[in-house]
Amino acid sequence: MAGITRGFTGRRQARDPRLPPGQYDARDDWPVLHAEATPKIVTDRWTFTVEGLVERETTWTWKEIHDLPRSRYAGDIHCVTTWSKLGMTFDGVSVDVLLDAAGVLPTATHVVAVAHTGYTTNLPLADVTGGKAWVVWDADGQPLTTEHGGPARMIVPHLYFWKSAKWVSGLRLLDHDEQGFWERNGYHDRGDPWTEQRYQGD
Amino acid sequence: MTTLPTNRKTLRWQQATVLSTRDETPRARTFRLALPAAMPHVAGQYYVLRLTAPDGYTAQRSYSVASAPDTSGQIDLTVEKLDDGEVSEFLHDVVVPGDELEVRGPIGGFFAWAGDAPVLLVGGGSGVVPLMAMLRAARRDGHPELVRLLVSARTPDDLYYADELPGPESTVIWTRAAPPGTARPVGRITAADVAPLVRGGEDVYVCGTPAFADAATTALVEAGVPVDRIRVERFGPSG
Repeated sequence: MAGITRGFTGRRQARDPRLPPGQYDARDDWPVLHAEATPKIVTDRWTFTVEGLVERETTWTWKEIHDLPRSRYAGDIHCVTTWSKLGMTFDGVSVDVLLDAAGVLPTATHVVAVAHTGYTTNLPLADVTGGKAWVVWDADGQPLTTEHGGPARMIVPHLYFWKSAKWVSGLRLLDHDEQGFWERNGYHDRGDPWTEQRYQGD
Repeated sequence: MTTLPTNRKTLRWQQATVLSTRDETPRARTFRLALPAAMPHVAGQYYVLRLTAPDGYTAQRSYSVASAPDTSGQIDLTVEKLDDGEVSEFLHDVVVPGDELEVRGPIGGFFAWAGDAPVLLVGGGSGVVPLMAMLRAARRDGHPELVRLLVSARTPDDLYYADELPGPESTVIWTRAAPPGTARPVGRITAADVAPLVRGGEDVYVCGTPAFADAATTALVEAGVPVDRIRVERFGPSG
């Protein structure tokens, strides 16, 4: 086989089947990676807006979004920098509920998730509908800390975690794909960890 | 804030040859690699390095380029040896000159500096690596005055590139132990450390652990740097 590294055997022992290829289990660590300064966002001025190709642009305040039906994700998350965390829980609201309230127009095919910091990331609409994406404010039963995107972040856990925008402020519905921050910087437009879609061209 | 695009053609895996190694500190070693299909990088970019076991198991990590961009077809990657680091321990304990290592890159646009405008660079520990590429490029190109570099190190034993850093462009602060005669008390970075280095209007690049990055960002904002001029690269415990 090409590319075998002399002397390398690796440390995998009974590799957990929940780990996608090239990922390792971060166990108790939850590494922090973002490109901007960590912001300070107060919940009494926090809002979340669904806009673009929708029947009615809709904005929720911190209280209003908490009045929506709650939804939990229990499972794993995978960062492109090769760590994964297994068996987490996140509580918040399903993106389906938010999109249904705004009424997605049939022409919409993609979304851009936007953050209060200006961070953006692009996703096919199909990757944030059908119970695959959430806006969450609790992680493992505790309020999401600022460094992990609190007070609220997106999670799209079946894709690499840069798609799960920290400090999320809204979703913009589009009829085309429009690259976000990391995608313009060479990262993959979709980011499926199971096929290692790390960089453009993977 | 502008970013430089990653060149898609650069993202193929290639077999690099280790030409030489150099210990920067007891826990940091620089590997000089010869690339068969080299593309000039931009200071601040990184490569992904992949190790493959005979049964196909792989482990990969990202390492910043420490050397200035050039056309030599060679790059320096400086690797910190982490406790239980599957990749970094292998690189330190097993790899010797003549070995081949699979890499791809250069990658990264937002933390890259094109070398054409003043910058303030703030690095903690191994976070100095991509910043060193910027300082080396500025010195080599005859524009060292574009760069102001502040390095935070725990002790003199932990300072990377200790023989090369000193100069009018660089300042070192110590967090745990300082050389004799150092006026500044040991301690983490504060606004007083960065304020004398801020010119106004420049981009600022911060690189280090999450804790260092947040402390440095807070200090910079207190010193008057607009938050949207600060680019941050945080090193996680990624082995």
